Amino acid sequence: MNKKIGVYICHCGGNISDYVDVEKVKKSIEAEDGVFLAKTTLFACGDANQKEMVDDIKENELDGVVVASCSPKLHLLTFRAVTERAGLNKYNYVHANIREQASWAHSDDKPGATETAIRLVKAAVAKVRLAEPLYPFIINSKKAVAVIGGGIAGLRAAIELADMGCPVTLIEREHFIGGRVAQWDVLFTTNETGKEVVTKLYNEVIRHDNIRLLTGAEVISNTGSIGDFKMKIKVTPRYIKAKCNEGHLLKAIEVCPVDVPDEFNFNITNRKAIYHNFPSEYPQTPVIDIKNCTRCGECEKICPSVDFSQEEETIEINVGSVLMATGFDSYTPADGEFGYKQIENVVTLPQFKRIIDLNDKKLIYKGKEIKNIAYIYCVGSRQIDGDNKYCSRYCCTSVIYAAMQARHKFSDINNYHFNRGIRTYGKQEVLYAESLKGGDIYLQSYEDAPPVVEQNNDKITIRINDILTAKKEMSVEADLVVLVTGMVPRADNSVASLFKLPKGRDKFFNEIHMKLRPVETVIDGITICGACQGPKNIMESVNSALSAAIKSFSYVSKGELELEPIIAKIDKDLCTWCGACAEACPFDAIKMVKDEKKDIAAINNSVCKGCGMCLPVCPSNAINLIAYSDKEIESMIDALAG
Amino acid sequence: MADIGKKTARILVFSTEKISDPAIDMAGLLKLHYPPTVYTISIPCSSGVKTSWILHAFEKGFDGVFIAADGSDCPYGESCTEKTGKIISRTQEQMKRLDIEPARLRMAAICSVCSESFVKQMKSFNEYLLKNSNN
Repeated sequence: MNKKIGVYICHCGGNISDYVDVEKVKKSIEAEDGVFLAKTTLFACGDANQKEMVDDIKENELDGVVVASCSPKLHLLTFRAVTERAGLNKYNYVHANIREQASWAHSDDKPGATETAIRLVKAAVAKVRLAEPLYPFIINSKKAVAVIGGGIAGLRAAIELADMGCPVTLIEREHFIGGRVAQWDVLFTTNETGKEVVTKLYNEVIRHDNIRLLTGAEVISNTGSIGDFKMKIKVTPRYIKAKCNEGHLLKAIEVCPVDVPDEFNFNITNRKAIYHNFPSEYPQTPVIDIKNCTRCGECEKICPSVDFSQEEETIEINVGSVLMATGFDSYTPADGEFGYKQIENVVTLPQFKRIIDLNDKKLIYKGKEIKNIAYIYCVGSRQIDGDNKYCSRYCCTSVIYAAMQARHKFSDINNYHFNRGIRTYGKQEVLYAESLKGGDIYLQSYEDAPPVVEQNNDKITIRINDILTAKKEMSVEADLVVLVTGMVPRADNSVASLFKLPKGRDKFFNEIHMKLRPVETVIDGITICGACQGPKNIMESVNSALSAAIKSFSYVSKGELELEPIIAKIDKDLCTWCGACAEACPFDAIKMVKDEKKDIAAINNSVCKGCGMCLPVCPSNAINLIAYSDKEIESMIDALAG
Repeated sequence: MADIGKKTARILVFSTEKISDPAIDMAGLLKLHYPPTVYTISIPCSSGVKTSWILHAFEKGFDGVFIAADGSDCPYGESCTEKTGKIISRTQEQMKRLDIEPARLRMAAICSVCSESFVKQMKSFNEYLLKNSNN
């Protein structure tokens, strides 16, 4: 128990002392058990006060320190550093927030604010009295990063890491890299094509000695934790030798009898079992889709590069950090949602973008020339009744740009946008202005009265009560209806469960703090970026990818890491192993071990995240969280109760 | 329970460092006032609150205990809300056995920007505790 505690009560200029009588607070806690000195200070965070604190701690051999000031979010680390500079263990420092939670919250009641501050400081003193020195765990960290996902975010992150001198394993589940971007033609705002962007990145990846690219590769197991992730990766062969004669290949594709929907074109066209997506996707070596291949042998007869002797292999890698960039799926409308799959010529936005790319001179879909196009916004996003409450944010810009592309590429195109309010934020607003200027028609409704799509003989009619014209009923005859579908989390996100990666309410991966720690997850050593974290456009994905790359590098660059010692601790005498704690732990940090005479629970220190979920389920109260023990919490409650 | 004539009830809040603490701090920043007898103890996750801590607070004279839960924003995973809910149910059962009104324990998800929601919760809980102080 600490006996010599120093307490510093901050005026924060006047932010605290205008409402809290700081002298009264000081007098109220001076006599508290263990308080050796108590001072008020104009700015606790100021250099002069920090120096005074260091001197006080050294001269008086203080073994506990409390600063009562602003939120710990701002200065907890500042004052921990002060105690360390004075030679005191930083966990013997406790912070009391008397600005946000006393002076400001109760600025309407000065005596009340003062009384609140007194209790908060007493509670901090009670806690520091019981605080013990804690030491971070030092672990080795393997200087290597696994980047999972070879789309735009994963590619950019891998290059950035490699440029910093970090070995990278870039793992892509598909046989081609580039992700969604490879499927897009011209992109706003740079007017580059997706293919051009992917080509630039692929060229950098293959020239880099630090990057090992695995395609057709899937993580199948993971053990270990930050600094030492051990992963097994299953790599499916392409069944084609690397150097392949294009002429032979084209003939082999021609003779292949298999006909399956082509995912690259969002199933609006079919492909063979032997296929390649060049020129948009890399590597350029084609692949045989072995799941759909009938092994008829026709391609082998024509093309000597076909090689069915290639075998699946399992690769083991060891990395210090994992960067997740697994991307998104496009929302698939339900059957009948705005006529989808029930009315001919109702397609999704990704399909429409492929239709534009695949057509030349005339816009033809299912044998019919398209002139009038209706776009229905927010399909699968901003749902009132469904799960997807969020805005997918990229789709307004994307559809407006696609509509303009259609108008520029093909003649006599008329665009009708049935929207719920346009969200072309930032620089993208100029695109909306250009679209209006070019003659696109915008009709708007609220979420409770969406447009209605109907088919009458061979005509598709879209009706809306347009709120921009006093809810007047308008109708448009369209040759094609484009459902502007948003982003949803990957249907197959099984890789996340291998890493125990938490998801948010929207089912995308969850960061620690949206604003302040946007690429870190509670799983130490794992960062997230791109659209696996939530809807993002290309610019935003690359921004987050660069941020995640730097963060992942910080975990591995020194070769060793310090881990917070705030973890669960088992009382061996009380534990009788019932398994409830292991079941409650979302991180598999608790295992049964044999003690001298009985089975007990044991915590894996480098896996435990210190959440405390195991504490309340223990029937024998055998678990405490370090720094949040029963004694510490109850002593704080006693102090707050007064 | 709260004394008759007392202006505000004493409420102990278990808040969470990453989610509800920022909301409570922001309530202060925005000077959204709530009773000054609301005191906060920060913990990593709301699903780590022990029943014994809650009962200790009642024993020491708190009128109400409020768990400012992480809800679906919990960085430790989706199971947080369900687990926190179970703690509430278990504790309320014990409160009944100890003749403590179960409604004196409340829980609500307070996201990192839910300052107004937190203040509303505190005001309504305070009113409830004062109104039922004779029960």
